[in-house]
Amino acid sequence: MNKQTQDSPIVEVQKMSKNFGTTQVLKNVDLKVQPSEVMCLIGPSGSGKSTLLRCIAFLEQYSSGNIYIEGEMLGYNDDTDIRKLTSTNELNHVRRNMGMVFQQFNLWPHMTALGNVTEALVRVKKLSRREADEKGHAILKKVGLAERALHYPAQLSGGQQQRVAIARSLAMEPSVMLFDEPTSALDPELVGEVLQVMKDLAKDGMTMIVVTHEMGFAAQVADTVVFLDQGEILMKGSPKEIFQGEKPPRLEQFLKNYMDRNAFWE
Amino acid sequence: MMTFDAQLILNHLPDIASGFGITILCTLIACFIAMLLGLVVALGLMSKAKILRYPVRLYVEIIRGTPFLIQLFLLYYGGPSIGLYLEPIEAGIFALACNGSAYYAELFRAGFNAIPKGQLDAAKIIGLSRLQIIVRIQIPQMMVLIIPGLVNVSIILGKETAILSIVTVPELAFVLIGIGAETYAYAETLTVLAVSYLILAELTSRFGGWTEKRLSKYMERSI
Repeated sequence: MNKQTQDSPIVEVQKMSKNFGTTQVLKNVDLKVQPSEVMCLIGPSGSGKSTLLRCIAFLEQYSSGNIYIEGEMLGYNDDTDIRKLTSTNELNHVRRNMGMVFQQFNLWPHMTALGNVTEALVRVKKLSRREADEKGHAILKKVGLAERALHYPAQLSGGQQQRVAIARSLAMEPSVMLFDEPTSALDPELVGEVLQVMKDLAKDGMTMIVVTHEMGFAAQVADTVVFLDQGEILMKGSPKEIFQGEKPPRLEQFLKNYMDRNAFWE
Repeated sequence: MMTFDAQLILNHLPDIASGFGITILCTLIACFIAMLLGLVVALGLMSKAKILRYPVRLYVEIIRGTPFLIQLFLLYYGGPSIGLYLEPIEAGIFALACNGSAYYAELFRAGFNAIPKGQLDAAKIIGLSRLQIIVRIQIPQMMVLIIPGLVNVSIILGKETAILSIVTVPELAFVLIGIGAETYAYAETLTVLAVSYLILAELTSRFGGWTEKRLSKYMERSI
């Protein structure tokens, strides 16, 4: 199924639900992410926002509904009544333009920063070692780590590791990047450098879906903010609508808790 | 009165050296095949398909649950009844390799499981294939993690080669026990035998330590 019109969404989630056993963790989620859109998913822990992101990456299988990536069905063969998982090759094909950044960085510790960035360039894109290294150096420079190319992850700070992880994704030239709480495992002092890289990306027109607790980032950078609670989208809107407009009591409460937690002066 | 006739050992030195050579050869070849086989067995143990996992699990349980001597006899004396005629050294190495594979496999499995799942998520989403993930991400890390265990199993396999003497493989135990039986110099021959295995074990352990140190550099926090 191909829907190739000009402003077709990069990611489209239709009536998607996800069960873990008998617990329903996502209920009838509908989302559309347009090219160059930055969407932030916010909500209390356990609201399903990370699970939603992992479903969009098909690191979790969704139970019902559909997810389309650039018009192509993700994870399942759609042509029969009985849904069947696609092959790994087909799945990788649909995900080829998707990058993902994780809370725990998930770098490969036995490879240098450069090795992490170039691995898929060599193995998946089949670049020569020389071309891959050239490109790897350029991308590390872009995230401010030109000097750290030959360091192993254990020799880098959390913020630097996360920037390497972003560079690793960027090297594959994705059309959409997923961020799963990219700053939650960082010391507060290191959050800024990672958010700055993400802001630069957004400015360059990258399509991004970001699960975050950084309300400041959501307010400044997002085009759309989605509030999830107990597996459902309770509100979706511009940062202004979400943070300043009329909102459901649950979101009001969530934001109030956030403000209280972060207030250090009366 | 205690006597220890060093001259007797010196007189038989060429035979002893040849026996030691065969012991090392059997150990090296058996360990090598056992690791390759063990890797395949480990992947089988971790397979989602029951049709693969169950037979492999059975294999591991049988190997671990029966004495090596019986396994060797089954292969060497039982083999011909199913048309499998092996030279003593072939049977010995093959039996040893099968025996070791079960123990290596459990180590490999533990090593695979010790690698954080997130690293695999990152590899999947970036498009690496299953095989690339195993070869490029999992094996290099898990090999470093399990080196102490590998050394253990390898030392045990090295010592088990003594059993091969029973099916007349002319390895070290065969040679020295033979000399002992001829000359009644049991103390001399058995002492040399014991010390030889001690040296073999020590070399294996040193080699493991050296490899571990070299390969685990990436875990150090400073350059």
